[in-house]
Amino acid sequence: MSTAVAQNRGLGAVIWDYLTTVDHKKIAHLYLVSGGLFFLIGGLEAMIIRIQLMEPSNNFISAGLYNEMITMHGTTMIFLAAMPIIFALMNAVVPLQIGARDVAFPFLNSLGFWLFLFGGLILNISWFTGAPDAGWTNYAPLSTTSPGHGVDYYVMGLQISGAGTLIGGINFLVTIVNMRAPGMTYMRMPLFTWTVFVTSTLILFAFPALTVGLFLMMFDRMFGSAFFDVALGGNAMIWEHLFWIFGHPEVYILILPAFGAFSEIFSTFSKKRLFGYSAMVFATVLIGFLAFMVWAHHMFTVGLGPIANSIFAVATMAIAVPTGIKIFNWLFTMWGGNIRMNSAMLWSVAFIPTFTIGGMTGVMLAAAAADYQYHDTYFVVAHFHYVIVGGLVFGIFASLHYWWPKMFGQVLNEALGKWTFWLFFIGFHMTFFIQHFLGLIGMPRRYWTYQEGQGLEVGNMISTVGAFLMAIGTLVFIYNIVQTAVKGEKVSGDPWDGRTLEWTIPSPPPHYNFKQTPLVRGLDALWVEKSEGKKGMTPAEPLGDIHMPNNSILPFLMSLGLFIAGFGFIYQVDDKMWLILVFIGMGITLGSMLTRSVKDDLGHHIHKEDLEKGAGE
Amino acid sequence: MRGWMGKFRSLILFGALTLFLSGCGVENMTALKPEGYGANLLFDLMMISIAIMLFVFIIVMAIYTFVLIRYRQKKGQEDYIPKQTEGNKALEIIWTVIPIILLLVLAVPTVQATFDLADTGAKNDEDALTVEVTGNQYWWHFNYKGQEITTSQDLYIPTGERVYLDLKSSDVIHSFWVPSIAGKMDTNPGENVNSMYLEAYEEGVYWGQCAELCGPSHSLMDFKVIAVSQEEFDQWVEDMQNVDPKAQPETASAQEGQELFNNNCMSCHAIGSGGAGIAPNLTNFGNRTMIAGILEPTKENLVDWIVNPDEIKPGNQMPANLVSEEEASKIADYLLQLKHSEVTPESAGKNNQE
Repeated sequence: MSTAVAQNRGLGAVIWDYLTTVDHKKIAHLYLVSGGLFFLIGGLEAMIIRIQLMEPSNNFISAGLYNEMITMHGTTMIFLAAMPIIFALMNAVVPLQIGARDVAFPFLNSLGFWLFLFGGLILNISWFTGAPDAGWTNYAPLSTTSPGHGVDYYVMGLQISGAGTLIGGINFLVTIVNMRAPGMTYMRMPLFTWTVFVTSTLILFAFPALTVGLFLMMFDRMFGSAFFDVALGGNAMIWEHLFWIFGHPEVYILILPAFGAFSEIFSTFSKKRLFGYSAMVFATVLIGFLAFMVWAHHMFTVGLGPIANSIFAVATMAIAVPTGIKIFNWLFTMWGGNIRMNSAMLWSVAFIPTFTIGGMTGVMLAAAAADYQYHDTYFVVAHFHYVIVGGLVFGIFASLHYWWPKMFGQVLNEALGKWTFWLFFIGFHMTFFIQHFLGLIGMPRRYWTYQEGQGLEVGNMISTVGAFLMAIGTLVFIYNIVQTAVKGEKVSGDPWDGRTLEWTIPSPPPHYNFKQTPLVRGLDALWVEKSEGKKGMTPAEPLGDIHMPNNSILPFLMSLGLFIAGFGFIYQVDDKMWLILVFIGMGITLGSMLTRSVKDDLGHHIHKEDLEKGAGE
Repeated sequence: MRGWMGKFRSLILFGALTLFLSGCGVENMTALKPEGYGANLLFDLMMISIAIMLFVFIIVMAIYTFVLIRYRQKKGQEDYIPKQTEGNKALEIIWTVIPIILLLVLAVPTVQATFDLADTGAKNDEDALTVEVTGNQYWWHFNYKGQEITTSQDLYIPTGERVYLDLKSSDVIHSFWVPSIAGKMDTNPGENVNSMYLEAYEEGVYWGQCAELCGPSHSLMDFKVIAVSQEEFDQWVEDMQNVDPKAQPETASAQEGQELFNNNCMSCHAIGSGGAGIAPNLTNFGNRTMIAGILEPTKENLVDWIVNPDEIKPGNQMPANLVSEEEASKIADYLLQLKHSEVTPESAGKNNQE
């Protein structure tokens, strides 16, 4: 269904269309908008934190509220901003890059989104009743003994949105395994698709650890179990292990798709094939594998003993090798190329030194004994912002500039793009570079305030000023989006002289993506055709009817049911009457599932004759 | 224009100077000026890793700068199609093998230092000094094993000797950190007792902090390690072992304060080596470096603290308004005259920053 038709039918129809859509391109829009909103909320929380730390013994917000702020900043940014924006890019790009008409399970794709959104809403509604305050890591027993319902919101919110992420991960795994166009072997897949493939595998194995941890936490807090209560024979360490068995791979879940996007961008704007493609694939898989071998480096000071600490230290250092391979291959992709320096490329180019610094401090942190000094200080805060912002957020900005035309049919303004970049880039380094030193001279992280005369004033002031620059940069980016949308200048399907399949179809792509499934004849499928002087792809099939899935409101209803039941679970601790909400909510969810099971939904066909007339474009 | 430039230049100079001065942080709190065995070992390890990492960084940046300058698109070259190189096996091997070698160079001292710092086997020797450290929301409890000495907040240790610590927590996880003497170690609830050691080279008062989020007042859970000479430490031990918890103070106000203290505070607090350990042990309180870890030790601050502890350290366990301000003043008189030892933070000599 084209946007033109939808607009004629009014706002209500558009909203209904988005509530029921199973189209991966529209689900990408949903992920992007909601992830973007949560990114702004998380950013606002960050600004409040920086204002509080601007001067010693500041009282801008209270100590309790400060702990809620840091908890929500971390949780929001990781689970509700970074993850969905990554999913937005995965949805927008992967099916197009592999020449597919949708993902393997369009219905589940929609379900994954709505679960994420309702989980995120639960988490943020906690602001009205008292937010979680035990840090995004939520260590027991601080979390199990935290008064009020804040941590309950954390548990329910992450459980529901985590289920959505798990569903999404499985969906992409199946999509990439099964739905590649003819001729696209594994070693001809674009690197972004490769990284999404590895990321989805990590999601599949890492998220269950979080799910288990959250269930134990839920039972400890809501139903009187004692998994983490030492007084009753439990063990608080179990949470730390479960959390980091999930938490460390999570970092790579986030960063790998960004690596993939950078690979596409370096290659496209250097007009060169990616240097060392097979080494890059190998490095990606190796990073994914090692991701599960290093979780205890978050726990060097817990007291695991020198043997465990040494093993995990060396394993962690090993990750620097594949990461280094990637950095050098990117540099040599540009070597000898014809480099076009636009906004997407600026973010990518800035990523290399920034991420290298993050990697350097990563190796420093891996030295187990030295971590006894770094651990839980601003050195760590600086490190993970260098990798997550310098890697992932830079990657998101680069990807948005790069794929914006494919998603929305418009090119973002270059001048404003560069303003965003310089403000954010300078602000970022001001904010976080100094924090390495703040940590080394004795400032622990998660400190509500510091005392006068500890030598921490100047560094914190610089850091806060930098944070304001980043905030202004972000606002310029939003202005850029609005301005571009208002102008509404359309672009062709291939504005960057692209190399991969998504650039062979119009921008934005029609409902069914590919009129005829393309035949892939090598890595950089479009470039292969271009270098032989052809304009488009050779089709792999004659023009025929296209089978497409039907829209459905059921994913929304299933998620809504869990959302309602979530509140029931949280408040039944106070009063068993709240269990009614659990029954209503679960009734809606299970009823929707039953409907889905018994009702045949065979989808619909777009007929050959309509395709010839150009319908749906 | 000139004036503006001048102003600007002085601003930069001033900024650079401030940065330089604060570069290594405040003495006795920073990890960058090690004053003890552990911190020194870790500082060396830090320097090795920084050196190796800078070497890599410089190489990356050299290639990076060259590539960006040399291969940036030039005017009139918009349509130039570069050669589509697939890769280079020799290069791939080089940038795989060299980092592996560099990491091995770093891994050896890392493993050595990790085992070195975990070597607390000697804590069971007869003449070893071992202190049980308990983290509490939001204060530190110190029990000198086999010495019948209990204190809180100020940990006295002798210089030039390894003092072993057994760390645990009475509630949530905390982390014991004295950056200029040693690295940190978590205090876990339950039976998960951790061990580490402190070895201070010089006398001094060293800043300690909690480094694991433990509640609203996590950032206010400061403590001090006071390193004194061996003779002074022996003196302190003797003084502390001979404390008479019931000794009558001199002034009338302090005597009333003692009475009030015994009636209102003793159910949680204690003076002398006994006591429940529910709240900080107040032996030798008059010699404390700080009140509650963060306030200057004045009477005014102490009265404020006794009357409204929650305003100063949000979320702490001490009840507010248990006594009136007038009564608090008498209790303060009593507590501030509790100077049970000749050895004070001032004895820590030249490095005392208070």
